[in-house]
Amino acid sequence: MYKIVKKKDLAPNIFSMDILAPRVADSAQPGQFLIVIVDEIGERIPLTICDYDREKGTVNIVVQTAGASTKRIAVLNEGDYLKDVVGPLGEPSEYINEDIEEVKKKKILFVAGGVGAAPVYPQVKWFRDHDIDVDVIIGAKTKELIILENEMKKVAGKLYIATDDGSYGFNGMVTGLIEDLVKNQGKEYDLIVSIGPMIMMKFVCLLTKKLGIKTIVSLNPIMVDGTGMCGACRVTVGDETKFACVDGPEFDGHLVDFDEALKRQAQYKKEEAELAERGEQKICTCQHEHGGAN
Amino acid sequence: MDMFKRVPITEQDPKERATNFDEVCLGYTEEEAMAEASRCLQCKHHPCVGNCPVSIDIPRFIKHIAEGEFEQAAHVLAEYSALPAVCGRVCPQEEQCEKVCVRGIKGEAVSIGKLERFAADWAREHNVEVGKTKEKNGFKVAVIGSGPAGVTCAGDLAKEGYDVTIFEALHETGGVLVYGIPEFRLPKDKVVKPEIENLKKLGVKIETNVIIGRTVTIDSLIEEEGFDAVFVGSGAGLPKFMGIPGENLNGVFSANEFLTRNNLMKAFREDHDTPIKVGDKVAVIGGGNVAMDAARTALRLGADVWIVYRRTEKELPARVEEVHHAMEEGVKFELLTSPVEVIGNEDGWVKAIRCQRMELGEPDKSGRRRPKPIEGSEFEFDVDTVIMALGTSPNPLIASTTEGLEVNERKCIIADESGQTTREGVFSGGDAVTGSATVILAMGAGKKAAESIDKYIKEKNSQSSNA
Ligand SMILES: Cc1cc2nc3c(=O)[nH]c(=O)nc-3n(C[C@H](O)[C@H](O)[C@H](O)COP(=O)(O)OP(=O)(O)OC[C@H]3O[C@@H](n4cnc5c(N)ncnc54)[C@H](O)[C@@H]3O)c2cc1C
Ligand SMILES: Cc1cc2nc3c(=O)[nH]c(=O)nc-3n(C[C@H](O)[C@H](O)[C@H](O)COP(=O)(O)OP(=O)(O)OC[C@H]3O[C@@H](n4cnc5c(N)ncnc54)[C@H](O)[C@@H]3O)c2cc1C
Ligand code: SF4
Ligand code: SF4
Ligand code: FES
Repeated sequence: MYKIVKKKDLAPNIFSMDILAPRVADSAQPGQFLIVIVDEIGERIPLTICDYDREKGTVNIVVQTAGASTKRIAVLNEGDYLKDVVGPLGEPSEYINEDIEEVKKKKILFVAGGVGAAPVYPQVKWFRDHDIDVDVIIGAKTKELIILENEMKKVAGKLYIATDDGSYGFNGMVTGLIEDLVKNQGKEYDLIVSIGPMIMMKFVCLLTKKLGIKTIVSLNPIMVDGTGMCGACRVTVGDETKFACVDGPEFDGHLVDFDEALKRQAQYKKEEAELAERGEQKICTCQHEHGGAN
Repeated sequence: MDMFKRVPITEQDPKERATNFDEVCLGYTEEEAMAEASRCLQCKHHPCVGNCPVSIDIPRFIKHIAEGEFEQAAHVLAEYSALPAVCGRVCPQEEQCEKVCVRGIKGEAVSIGKLERFAADWAREHNVEVGKTKEKNGFKVAVIGSGPAGVTCAGDLAKEGYDVTIFEALHETGGVLVYGIPEFRLPKDKVVKPEIENLKKLGVKIETNVIIGRTVTIDSLIEEEGFDAVFVGSGAGLPKFMGIPGENLNGVFSANEFLTRNNLMKAFREDHDTPIKVGDKVAVIGGGNVAMDAARTALRLGADVWIVYRRTEKELPARVEEVHHAMEEGVKFELLTSPVEVIGNEDGWVKAIRCQRMELGEPDKSGRRRPKPIEGSEFEFDVDTVIMALGTSPNPLIASTTEGLEVNERKCIIADESGQTTREGVFSGGDAVTGSATVILAMGAGKKAAESIDKYIKEKNSQSSNA
């Protein structure tokens, strides 16, 4: 059992949790993820490790409620427990093992979409800890869905915001903002790291290919074990099939077959919808027992 | 009774069991077991023993059953095997002990496996304590993986007085016994769980959700956590695909994914969250135990199922009993057939597989005749789900994160007969060393390694105390 030591709401349907998992906290690196099982009947849900505190033995996750399982995590509070937490999983980000002097020479832009700001944060923080300024774009549908703005400001070089509806920052999608920065504001980047919904990463990559900027994406396909045992997470990168959970989750975005990945991600849509309906009923009884959330 | 014939065993009716996940074989009653046991000739040269990978004293345990001394029978089994209730159910007996049974010369071999299962089940149901533990000796051993190899090694070392911790990557213990082999062949709560509980009773500590190579490394277990030796029983869990076009379409699964969703995550139970997809028409590619398990699981989830295998029935690597059960339940066989492409519809879902007919040519290294394609024989076979059961190989994670631990070209950890790897203090056995094999071989390797670890630690410490 893994204790939830802290919980915070970040935006409607997006919350953050610190979980006591000393072994995971001890070895976690930027770019890696973990898997959570809420309770006896829960599924294995992959979530990015957004931050870690080796001293306290905690890891931080930021979750957007999607279906049955994430909703069942959402109703838990400080002091409650998650049945299982396993990690860290996947390969750490590439730059961790590169020559730091080489990394320092690069001009880097992070592009976060929605809840993607959460996995971007520890990476940007890593650069801050190594005295490197990187630019960051956070994009979301609307102002109230922008998360971690203040935290990000503290660690980023320049922080840009984009909202689809123009309610805050740049009026339009992150791709529009990237184009504006590069074409109109004279910005130059050697590397873009894009994390967010699959569809956003696809369009970012289409754009950066045209602009000739190398782009790393963090893929979030359907996973089961997360250890290389099932192949559910397979993606086509270049002409090779890769298992995102062990070979990734980060890949060269220009080589990823996003159309296949998007189709594969929707594989259980129908089943998930049915489960979500059942999930609502489960949550209902749960809240009675806990005396309601918050 | 006819001494040439086996005492028949009760099984669930094929029609009925094809719709549920309860165990197929219901086992012998005490009377039936005694009658079957009385068929054993108690041969002086007992060839059966030599053909059991762990050399169980078969005539001795069977004699106890024949005389109604079930508890003693269980004690005999416990001398040789940590998991008799499991092996009695899943060993390929017809290839091993029963193959050379003297009774089998003129009639049917003694049902050694079923009798083993009977004695082990009886002992469990009657709470017979079969393990004795020596006093704690203060040495710490880490066991990686909780499959048959790890469980056996841990149990034996705990009995010798070692302080043993098992580290398991998944959230449940048992390895293939829980995530691979389905409930209808090996009941989890009834058979597998009690075996794990026994380990805990012996004082073995179990840490689930620890992936060696990611969460911690072998080096840190030895250097920082003070383990005196490590046993690697991490199995061979990496699924193979064919490398044919269309393999990443929606509706194509590895058998591991399909079985893990169903067995480990209990997708077949309405009240569990993990979804499972089974279409109306399922093709399972392969002919081993894994293929049979996937096929029979898909059948139970309501699909029409075909096994697609490139050789003939004679070469099917699965246990004969499983093939027989699959056929009885209504799984169909498309033999001498091999897929060359998976064809999808516009939404990216499987709609058919293009197959090729095969014929058998010259024998290959394994002595089985090599299948070769018949020119111009291609045809399309309409299915909406394809399950690849082509075998597995060891996960490279542990070897790649452990200094000095070498693997061969098949990614298998290199270890000698005693389980010693290329790294001092690190031992290995089971599927991690052999590639996918059997429960009993993994157990045997775990047992050997436990002896070697005991010897290694004792020698090392007598040297250092002499120095
Ligand atoms: C490496 C990785 C990192 C991730 N990091 C985060 C994160 O930091 N924060 C966050 O909110 N979400 C993250 N996700 C996505 C998260 O795992 C899914 O949203 C979650 O599994 C959905 O579960 P659900 O039952 O609530 O929703 P469902 O209704 O079951 O599914 C909603 C959507 O998620 C997809 N999905 C379902 N099951 C899985 C699965 N096992 N793995 C991946 N996708 C799935 C479905 O295809 C569907 O599109 C990550 C996924 C991966 C693979
Ligand atoms: C579907 C199926 C059906 C089968 N049917 C039969 C049968 O009828 N008869 C028979 O004799 N054999 C059968 N087998 C084969 C048999 O199950 C295996 O040979 C046997 O389980 C091997 O045991 P093991 O202990 O070596 O490995 P496993 O049982 O594979 O156990 C390995 C364990 O190690 C864990 N692990 C792996 N990597 C790590 C890591 N890095 N850190 C921590 N833990 C890790 C895994 O999660 C797993 O729990 C079948 C196999 C399958 C898949
Ligand atoms: S362990 Fe397997 S081979 Fe040995 S006696 Fe039992 S069934 Fe036969
Ligand atoms: S070979 Fe058969 S008959 Fe002879 S001792 Fe073994 S089990 Fe009994
Ligand atoms: S999630 Fe199973 S192999 Fe990646």
